[in-house]
Amino acid sequence: MPSWPDGGAAPSAATALQDEENGWRQRLGCGFVPVQSIFAKRLSDARVHLRDADLAAYIDAARVLCRLGRGPEPVLAFLEAWPQAAGRFGQDGLAAIMAWARGIGPTPNGDVLGGFFRALPALADALDGSARLKDYIDLLNAVARHTTVSIHGRHATYASHALPELIRVAPPHLKHVSLAGLRTWAEHGLRHDPHNPQRQADYFAMRSADSRAVFQDQRRGTSLRAHERRMDLYLRAFWNDAAPIIAYSEAFDHLRKPQPYTDDQGLHLPDLRDDRDGVSGLDQYRLILAHLAAHRRLSEPLIADNWSPFQRLCIEYFEDARIDTLVLRRFPGLRKTLLSLHPYPGEHDCDSARESCIRHRLTMLSRAILDPDCDYGNPLLREFVGRFHDRLIRGDSSTQEMAALATEYLVLSRLPSDNLPKIHFADSEIPYRDDNRHLWRFIDLDEDQEEAEVRAPEIPAAPGITHHYPEWDYAAGDYLPDHVTLHEHLHPRGLAEEITRLLEKNAVLARRLTRILDQIKPQGRDRLRRQEDGAELDLDWALRSWIDYRCRHTADARINQDIRHAERDVAVSLLLDLSASLADPIGGAGDRTVLSLAQEAVTLLAWAIDRLGDPFAIAGFHSNTRHEARIWHIKGFSEAWNDDVRARLAALRAGYSTRMGVALRHAGRALSQIRKDKRLLLVLTDGQPADVDVSDPEFLIADARQAVRELERQGVTCHCISLDIRSDEYVQRIFGRHFSVIDRIERLPERLPEIFLTITS
Amino acid sequence: MSHGDMLKDYRVTDEPYYRPVADEIALFTAAYDRRLPVMIKGPTGCGKSRFVEYMAWRLGKPLLTVACNEDMTAADLVGRWLLDADGTRWQDGPLTQAARYGAICYLDEVVEARQDSTVVIHPLTDHRRALPLDKKGELIRAHADFQLVISYNPGYQSLTKDLKPSTKQRFTALRFAYPPPEAEAEILVRETGIDPQLAPPLIELAVSARRLKGHGLDEGISTRLLVYAASLMADGVPATQACRMALIDPLTDDDDIRATLEHAIDALLA
Ligand SMILES: Nc1ncnc2c1ncn2[C@@H]1O[C@H](COP(=O)(O)OP(=O)(O)OP(=O)(O)O)[C@@H](O)[C@H]1O
Ligand SMILES: [Mg+2]
Repeated sequence: MPSWPDGGAAPSAATALQDEENGWRQRLGCGFVPVQSIFAKRLSDARVHLRDADLAAYIDAARVLCRLGRGPEPVLAFLEAWPQAAGRFGQDGLAAIMAWARGIGPTPNGDVLGGFFRALPALADALDGSARLKDYIDLLNAVARHTTVSIHGRHATYASHALPELIRVAPPHLKHVSLAGLRTWAEHGLRHDPHNPQRQADYFAMRSADSRAVFQDQRRGTSLRAHERRMDLYLRAFWNDAAPIIAYSEAFDHLRKPQPYTDDQGLHLPDLRDDRDGVSGLDQYRLILAHLAAHRRLSEPLIADNWSPFQRLCIEYFEDARIDTLVLRRFPGLRKTLLSLHPYPGEHDCDSARESCIRHRLTMLSRAILDPDCDYGNPLLREFVGRFHDRLIRGDSSTQEMAALATEYLVLSRLPSDNLPKIHFADSEIPYRDDNRHLWRFIDLDEDQEEAEVRAPEIPAAPGITHHYPEWDYAAGDYLPDHVTLHEHLHPRGLAEEITRLLEKNAVLARRLTRILDQIKPQGRDRLRRQEDGAELDLDWALRSWIDYRCRHTADARINQDIRHAERDVAVSLLLDLSASLADPIGGAGDRTVLSLAQEAVTLLAWAIDRLGDPFAIAGFHSNTRHEARIWHIKGFSEAWNDDVRARLAALRAGYSTRMGVALRHAGRALSQIRKDKRLLLVLTDGQPADVDVSDPEFLIADARQAVRELERQGVTCHCISLDIRSDEYVQRIFGRHFSVIDRIERLPERLPEIFLTITS
Repeated sequence: MSHGDMLKDYRVTDEPYYRPVADEIALFTAAYDRRLPVMIKGPTGCGKSRFVEYMAWRLGKPLLTVACNEDMTAADLVGRWLLDADGTRWQDGPLTQAARYGAICYLDEVVEARQDSTVVIHPLTDHRRALPLDKKGELIRAHADFQLVISYNPGYQSLTKDLKPSTKQRFTALRFAYPPPEAEAEILVRETGIDPQLAPPLIELAVSARRLKGHGLDEGISTRLLVYAASLMADGVPATQACRMALIDPLTDDDDIRATLEHAIDALLA
């Protein structure tokens, strides 16, 4: 309340105000004590934001809320929040909100109103206007409808767990995602675990991994995933660096905005970049990558403990400028992009009497170093720009040299106000630079790391490459993005001789196969007779022609014969089911298992394909939930059929379950790269797709079918060789007519190569 | 001598430009002195043919070049009967000509030829130095000047395309690679007259693209393609277009690789 220094006209003005306040209070007509006690303050705040008509609507709305029977909380939240949101939402928005509040108030979900109003200012920011507010409210209604548990069919009795989470989470996230995207994400959540309210609540609170993955997919901007290969190629070609590129997300980190960084694992880049300053997301990625890669090549770590925080900051700016200079020296064409992204702070933007200008100063220095047209006048700054360039004239300079230059600059440019708690941050964020964690080595930390290294051997011996694949959700008719994590490993080795022995054991079979192979093998020298040009004279025709010629008939010039070489145009990838059931013994004598037969069959097949000269690859697969699908590399296309491969084949082991779709996608991806007319993906399996985390038997079948279709579109034919005699039904659904069922499993070793030869010749 | 005239067309009269990279000239000369067959290994467009041409000039011997392909048969090398007005007539193939009259016979990309066609060179490459013409019933003793040179690109090696071990074992070998950057720059400038300032970024692009071999590229950007690009630029074609036309489009249809290289052109040649 304004206070008046003395008497005069003021008291009467105060009375008028008081009267007006009382008028509004009456209009509100709300008896809740907390509302009454804060009303005066809220009203005076509201007057700043609202015109009179709006003020009336505001009080009327609060009056309605007061009567909803939900206690004072929604009223308090509304009174506080609306004035800040009113400018964006307007009267229309208020009407829509109130209609919704009146509807939901009496239901079991009425408790969400308080939270809804508290989030209102953030929502107004994110939606920017009332047009999309209605869609948002629709979404809330849909979620309420689907997640409110109703016991007797008619009366909704238990409140939705999901709705309050959604109301809390949505406003900040709407900055990253369109409303349609949010809706897709929410619908996904509604379809999953419809009978498990707690899991659903986790989903809507973005606590579950699924939820985050689906949300990521809906975000806008340039996604790293879409350009991953380009980035890999760029890094490999131009920086000779084969480190992996790893995405991190900015969407879930509201407090601290993560920056790109590099460490032992690879180069970490944001998963999404919006265009900014006229630079596309892709070009930003390239610049980040260039900066990081140059650091990796040219920066030397320093001992952090030797420097003060200010010195470190200063060294980072100098070192970053050196890195950028060297990048530009090599890629002068990047200067335009770089300068578009690099801030250009006004020389006098920072008031050194009131705030700390250290970042401002260093950003200016960095700008002046990189931008030849920069017009800052500060003599010290200009001097150091000159000294910086002197250091780099002859070569690359070094991190050490930069550290020396930086500390000197810090001493000479130091201002008492540098230590002020209020730091001038504006225009000091350089968006393509990393957080320079690689630049500092902390002595204490290093000791910790040594301890960690002692524990290291517990980590599984064979590190793999990790891939993420989508899975097909047939009920939704849509993919679950990055649903499966696939680990790719090199198969452990056994004794190659065992495989050689298997071949010797099957010598009779091999001989029979050889005959077939010789028939289809393209020594295929087709003799083409009666050619005008050809390798050799075809004597029969030549004589005839000559006689014709002698008799003064027209002689036929086609007197040569030629030979044409037929070539096979086939590439094969063989995928082996290594799930636990393969370890089952087969009936009859001995300790033979299905796996040992499969091994024998694959050996013969590999031997046969090798004789034909078709490029082929072999891999095994199994899975233990979607987080742990595995693919075991046995032979790659570029590897020869040698002892290494045979040793891996000798060591086959079975375990876990059969998640077929992801294995098909992975093997198919490599196969589709091979330039051959026919690309065949052979799957050898003994049962239907299944995994321990999937209860719906149809789910993985549908996913496998979808994978087969995807591959078909890429020109890869999948053919299944099933050892399950009852498999016709589901195998057919997955593979269409491309399958063979082996009814007598003992005959697998001879049937497998035969089937292959029939399909490919 | 009349046979000198037979090969008149195959003499290298003007000195070809060849920029030596290591001691290959001395080594080849030594092999020639002993008439040892030479196999030159290296990626496409790295200067193998140019080198052989240069050596033929330097040694003052005629050079017969045969570009091998998979449809080539032994008859294409050795010769065949042809029909003419008076009946059939024997026509020497290039290998026979070279052996008969004394030339260097250069079989370019010999792996492209079928293995059974290449075995006809065997008797010429060992101590016999003779070439039997079965069809004609003649045995040719190789001329004293005759030498056999083959070239071979190990990058294309596949299960189906390789030389028989018994063929490989008949040759001495010189291994070629793309010239080192300074040499490559010198070659571009000499061959095309391009501004020496413009050569290094072109070469940087090529060196980078060569790292993608096996990651989507079957072959890196060759010296030959660099020469093409540089000559376009020397004639005033803007760098971006010249590079696209000579370095990227011939090489790949892979969108990601194209985008990466095109970005690099802009970044390197500002
Ligand atoms: N050392 C070199 N000196 C001069 N020019 C060279 C040299 N290396 C390569 N070149 C240039 O590269 C071009 C291609 O070389 P050349 O034709 O000899 O390649 P190649 O190795 O025979 O290729 P291919 O295997 O495709 O036949 C030449 O025309 C020449 O311009
Ligand atoms: Mg050549």
